[in-house]
Amino acid sequence: MRSSRDWEAPSAGARFAAWAGIAFLHVPVAIIVLYAFTTEDRSYDFPPPGLTLRWFALAFERSDIWAAMRLSIGVASLATAAALVLGTLAAFALARSRIRGKNALTLLFVLPIALPGIITGIALLAAMKLVGVEPSFWTIVAGHATFCMVIVYNNVVARLRRLPQSWIEASMDLGADSWQTFRRIVLPQVATALLAGGMLAFALSFDEIIVTIFTSGHQQTLPIWFFNELFRPRDRPITNVVAVLVIAVTLVPILLAYYLTRPATERD
Amino acid sequence: MTAAIEFHDVRRAFGTIVAVDGVSFAIEPGEFFSMLGPSGSGKTTCLRLIAGFELPDGGQVRLDGIDVSATPPYERNVNTVFQDYALFPHMSVLDNVTYGLRVRRVAAPECRRRGEEMLALVKLADAGARRPAQLSGGQKQRVALARALVNQPKVLLLDEPLGALDLKLREEMQLELRGLQRRLGITFVYVTHDQGEALSMSDRVVVFNRGRIEQLGSPQAIYAQPRTAFVAGFVGAANVIDGRYAVRGEHIGVAPAGSPAPEGAVRIEGTIVDTQYQGAVRRWQVRTDDDQLITATRPEGEANTLHREPGARVALSWARAHQIPLAAD
Amino acid sequence: MAAAAFATASRPLRAASTFFFRRQALAVYLLLVPPLLWFGTVYLGSLFALLAQSFYAIDEFTATVVPRLTLKTYAQLLTQPANLDIVLRTSEMAIAVTIAAAVVAFPIANYMARYARGRMKAFFYVAVMLPMWTSYLVKVYAWRLILAKEGILSWCLGALGLDGALAALLRAPGIGGPSLSSSYLGMFIVFVYMWLPYMILPVAAALERVPANLLSASADLGARPSQTFWRVMLPLAMPGVAAGSIFTFSLTLGDYIIPSVVGAPGYFIGMMVYQQQGTAGNIPLAAAFSVVPIVLIGIYLALARRAGAFDAL
Repeated sequence: MRSSRDWEAPSAGARFAAWAGIAFLHVPVAIIVLYAFTTEDRSYDFPPPGLTLRWFALAFERSDIWAAMRLSIGVASLATAAALVLGTLAAFALARSRIRGKNALTLLFVLPIALPGIITGIALLAAMKLVGVEPSFWTIVAGHATFCMVIVYNNVVARLRRLPQSWIEASMDLGADSWQTFRRIVLPQVATALLAGGMLAFALSFDEIIVTIFTSGHQQTLPIWFFNELFRPRDRPITNVVAVLVIAVTLVPILLAYYLTRPATERD
Repeated sequence: MTAAIEFHDVRRAFGTIVAVDGVSFAIEPGEFFSMLGPSGSGKTTCLRLIAGFELPDGGQVRLDGIDVSATPPYERNVNTVFQDYALFPHMSVLDNVTYGLRVRRVAAPECRRRGEEMLALVKLADAGARRPAQLSGGQKQRVALARALVNQPKVLLLDEPLGALDLKLREEMQLELRGLQRRLGITFVYVTHDQGEALSMSDRVVVFNRGRIEQLGSPQAIYAQPRTAFVAGFVGAANVIDGRYAVRGEHIGVAPAGSPAPEGAVRIEGTIVDTQYQGAVRRWQVRTDDDQLITATRPEGEANTLHREPGARVALSWARAHQIPLAAD
Repeated sequence: MAAAAFATASRPLRAASTFFFRRQALAVYLLLVPPLLWFGTVYLGSLFALLAQSFYAIDEFTATVVPRLTLKTYAQLLTQPANLDIVLRTSEMAIAVTIAAAVVAFPIANYMARYARGRMKAFFYVAVMLPMWTSYLVKVYAWRLILAKEGILSWCLGALGLDGALAALLRAPGIGGPSLSSSYLGMFIVFVYMWLPYMILPVAAALERVPANLLSASADLGARPSQTFWRVMLPLAMPGVAAGSIFTFSLTLGDYIIPSVVGAPGYFIGMMVYQQQGTAGNIPLAAAFSVVPIVLIGIYLALARRAGAFDAL
């Protein structure tokens, strides 16, 4: 029963605090977008003296940005593909099984996001030094696949745990073997979780810097390009434009992932 | 004639919990067979062993005389109606019903014909294009039934299929299920914890407790001759006196304290704990002087002159013929 | 009858299906082989390599790593006051950020879990998730713009006539600095901002699970709203706060970008790791330094587990 007691309706203070918090989360992103259009090219003067689209045109002509972008997309695609395979296998194995050591494995598979990224980074570097592997495109992919796998694993495991066991039993009861059950019942139910996991993994990899710095050597992914630019503020307006581009590239998969996994209560 | 289903000393444990502990029984073809027991008694595990969702750790399960102890569900000619119906939400009602035919690669027109036939049988001829989410509980129940029966199984397993329905719908469905079973002549194995349901629908009932069979017999035998204190208490809530015999509440008379015992009857005095009006009957709960709680059920209006308030003294009596001797547990 | 009834029974896929149906544990282990092989070699292997490196030491004359097990590097880490300062400074920041994030997150989580309905609720969840997933570096960069001397925050405070207050705050010892973008206060604000969604989401999840009638019951039993909050809401939200704090604590401990982009002169653990492996070329010391957050997080996880944090994950 919902009564109309005073604590049931949010007080003005509660409402204000919530909206202020949301604003706090979004203002910095909005400001970046604003600065991409400022005519000022030396300092961070606020408010901007004027607005222009000039920097976008300049940024599009920069081959170093395009090269970094291509590298980042390549890394993210491969890391996501590897993560989808490995994370899905792990999720299917652990979602419902009762094998020994399951808890330890479950913990192991979330370790790369439970521990700070710098530990993954320095650990990979330490291993590379020990084994004598030179940093390359492939070492970046290997590092990214490790934490991307966790994202896919989490998404798929969550969906599998919500999939009633009785659906699978009903399918087998009606004459479908494991493959038919997988294709006709399980896959349609987890497909969106797989897709969402893949999207998030891509967004995460595309944007990753903490691990990448340790495994990339002289390769420049877009975040590394951006990071170097922060200490070399010659091309401030270009940096602002790239910031907006990065937001745009990661926004689409994130919104899609949300749309694909939103709880049923939020659907119309 | 070979039994439709046979259990030979079947055992199934989950970790340290023994769900089914050396159970043997046989179900005849065409029988309406109920498995009755409280939750955790092993009845559902037995059903799952027949369906093939569980494989026995020991002993043998036979269908039609063939050992299926290692046969997966999709190779058993047995279908199940699930407690939660387990309808596939991403398929239409018709696609749900024809699922079993489609995975066996029956041609599409044949699938459609048989699916529609089945939907007509469960009075849902117009619902084929709908999604399960658009159906009421009772309708989902019928779709689940049609989806199982379309495969022409030799045995239909029903796992508390009416549990989620309200009382009126449940009684309707009980009649319908019983009629369907007679018409189709296939074996029904019905799991329930509702003793009334088991007694009214079944040819035979098996009562489970703690992974073992307490008693197997006709509904009449289970009710009139409970073999153990557990069965006497679980089926029809009989009074167990001194742990040695059972007496049904409707066979116990209530009279003023000090009144003489009828001939050939057992008489015992006690104080009223409470009495409850239940429509046609009234329940009298009496604590005897040797501290046993006995419930008598008398037609309402009888013994009206008696004091009914808690604490009042009354005499209980029953004919010796109504004492059902119990086996030791 | 079973075999005869199904013509498909002889197909190899079905045979394989039946084989694994009877040996479900085997199927699970087979599924686990590729991810475990990958994880075991790449991730766990690396962690062991890290641990091994931390027990090596650098030769001071040749500046090369001597692959012989020694405790020299740990001794160096634990005895030099400058290094201990770094550990202490980082831990203090992580704790301060965690507390602040919990305080700021609670009203937002509370509102979205208990008051927002339907579309509004969806809006709030998206509004929290979007900034969480927005590029980490871009957000750090945005704060550099905001906190800069000539940036938006100074401008706003100036417009409100509060520039004097800001100057006073920046003169405060311990948290101040020449400008917000090079002070511990600025760094603290950025950390809280960056990890806030990681706190909001688990707290909201915990509050979503508090049945509304529990709060009705509390009010019904005569509790004032503030009493209901302190005695019912907060204890039930604690597992969510603990779960969120694992993220805020762990992420702050390991971060080296924020202290180097927005920050004061004092070093943090992450920066030390980064610098030691990079310019200094001292991988053993970098490895030893990175073991510190692992130990701290281990201690923290043990405490959080006691508070029931893992039930809300």
